[in-house]
Amino acid sequence: MLNWLWFFLLGAGILYGAVAGNLDAVTEAAFSAAAEAVTMCIGLCGMICLWLGILKIAAESGLTDKLARLLSPLIARLFPGVPRNSAAFELIVMNISANLLGLGNAATPFGLKAMTELQKYNPVPERATAPMVTLLALNTAGITFLPTTVISLRMAAGSSQPASIILPTFLASLTGMLFAVALDAALRRKYSGR
Amino acid sequence: MMELLSHYAVPAMLLLVPLYGLLKGKPVYELFVSGAAEGVGLMLSILPYLLAMLTVIAVFRASGAFAALAGILEPLTSALGIPPEVLPVALLRPLSGNGALALTADVINTCGPDSSAGLLASVMQGSTDTTCYILAVYFGAVGVKKYRYALTVGLAADLVSFLAAAVFSAIFFNI
Repeated sequence: MLNWLWFFLLGAGILYGAVAGNLDAVTEAAFSAAAEAVTMCIGLCGMICLWLGILKIAAESGLTDKLARLLSPLIARLFPGVPRNSAAFELIVMNISANLLGLGNAATPFGLKAMTELQKYNPVPERATAPMVTLLALNTAGITFLPTTVISLRMAAGSSQPASIILPTFLASLTGMLFAVALDAALRRKYSGR
Repeated sequence: MMELLSHYAVPAMLLLVPLYGLLKGKPVYELFVSGAAEGVGLMLSILPYLLAMLTVIAVFRASGAFAALAGILEPLTSALGIPPEVLPVALLRPLSGNGALALTADVINTCGPDSSAGLLASVMQGSTDTTCYILAVYFGAVGVKKYRYALTVGLAADLVSFLAAAVFSAIFFNI
């Protein structure tokens, strides 16, 4: 599916650009997006290094273990294949806790570290495992407690109630997350053994 | 309360975690450096995945194909009572975080922040995340190329969030 989606965006873009006479803009966009990917990675690198440094201290001094034990009843239910006392489990807990605290930029490094731990149990390294997909489901469809960027946009535009969107945003994101968890569980069963 | 939490959470973590480690007799500086060193390798493995994703999305948008697709789908969403200005935001949201944010800002500024289009675009922008970017970064970090059902789950959840955003906006703002 990913191969098709990827080629669809590329192929449809180039064909449409040719028909509409936009090919120069297409070429320009491809080059600038490639450069943007590098800038984005460098920006991400600083954040990842900072939080992985803090994470290492937390792990070695036993903090992540404490937090994992506290949240394990809930998380173990979502990740049946991951042993409770493993490093992967602790990191998944750290990722979810950071998300719940609204610390998006800490959640990503913790999640990436969780992925590298999960990868150690992966029999086919090129292929995603069930707990990886569950972790991704929780991160792509996470709950939004406070949409700060949108609120500041609305404030700048002179909204009479810039924060009025908090509750509907929270409920919509909660609906999405519950759906993602349910669909993930259903597809996990369907794909197991494949 | 949430505002207070997000204000203090980062400095609190940066202070309390090393303090706790120090009290436990750990070499906090050395641990920090060795942890941070792992980030460099992660970033290098993410780069090709992110580049592959960002490039095709940019091509699709710059060619005009994205606007054409939105035009095709518009009668469908208009029938559901969704303002036509909001549809591009929903379509772009899973693909490009910055792109969708720019479109949301545009809707808010042209239609007004408290118009039905402005409110719905705000809720949609805030309620989901950039699925394709997150998949590329997370799977890129470990070199997984076959995502299995992860894309299906992510995009289906986005669709559900958007519909939920429309429903909850209608309830809360009487639109």
